[in-house]
Amino acid sequence: MKAAVITFPGSNCDRDLAVAFEAAGAEVARVWHKDSDLPEGTDIVGIPGGFSFGDYLRCGAIAARSPIGAAVVKHAERGGYVLGVCNGFQVLTEMGLLPGALMRNAGLKFVCKTVDLEVATTASDFTSGYQPGQGIRVPVAHHDGNYTCDADLLARLQGEDRVAFRYRDNPNGSMGDIAGILSDNRRVLGMMPHPERCIDPAQGGTDGMAMFRALSGALTLA
Amino acid sequence: MKARVHVMLKDGVLDPQGEAVRHALGTLGFSGVEAVRQGKVIELDLAATDRMAAEAEVRAMCEKLLANTVIEKYTVEIA
Repeated sequence: MKAAVITFPGSNCDRDLAVAFEAAGAEVARVWHKDSDLPEGTDIVGIPGGFSFGDYLRCGAIAARSPIGAAVVKHAERGGYVLGVCNGFQVLTEMGLLPGALMRNAGLKFVCKTVDLEVATTASDFTSGYQPGQGIRVPVAHHDGNYTCDADLLARLQGEDRVAFRYRDNPNGSMGDIAGILSDNRRVLGMMPHPERCIDPAQGGTDGMAMFRALSGALTLA
Repeated sequence: MKARVHVMLKDGVLDPQGEAVRHALGTLGFSGVEAVRQGKVIELDLAATDRMAAEAEVRAMCEKLLANTVIEKYTVEIA
């Protein structure tokens, strides 16, 4: 598996995301936002958490229109895999690779804690390493994680089994308790919780590792 | 030529920040504030001299970057 992790000015989880891919056996390239191409043979792009471009205008809005942004959209349109975590999820909605938007938390507070998630589908190469309905504990740290969409889209996401993770105790007001969603080809995942922050016992949990292992399994055979 | 863009959340999209402002106004004793919606104003200085062309260009800017049309609406004033 060849992974490319992008760094924007203000990204702060890029190294953690690279370490998580490496722990699963990936060959990881670090890519700067001004690059206009992804490395040849990239299987999966990681868009990390942080505060790209200081959250100016809207979270993820400027990053989504950066030079590397166009390359990521092309990669996804070719059927490439993309994982966007936290700010990365916001970037993916701003790019139009995932539907809906992430608004200010309903409680208006920055939420920084470990939350209980339910694995809502195992039918994806991101989530195939979990059991259906499995409870996992993953840290969140965000101010704008309130997933918002219209009723039709919400019904479609649920009907098409595209909700990857749900909060058991919703920390931000997101519709349908949505913590993460998949694209219609199930190869783009955006999620607010940070799986890369729970891959080693020293971090206080390892529930995120199954995602990186499953990706490695799916993308290394090919 | 100057352009002013107003970006607001669409009707029906909950605005948690506006709601917090409404609550704070109530705390300060301003009763009777039934709703608050918060948006942003973006001012642009344009080299363009043709009004119609400038407006069309600013609208394109709104669609591509200045507003997230999933949740926001915008208006453009050319002055």
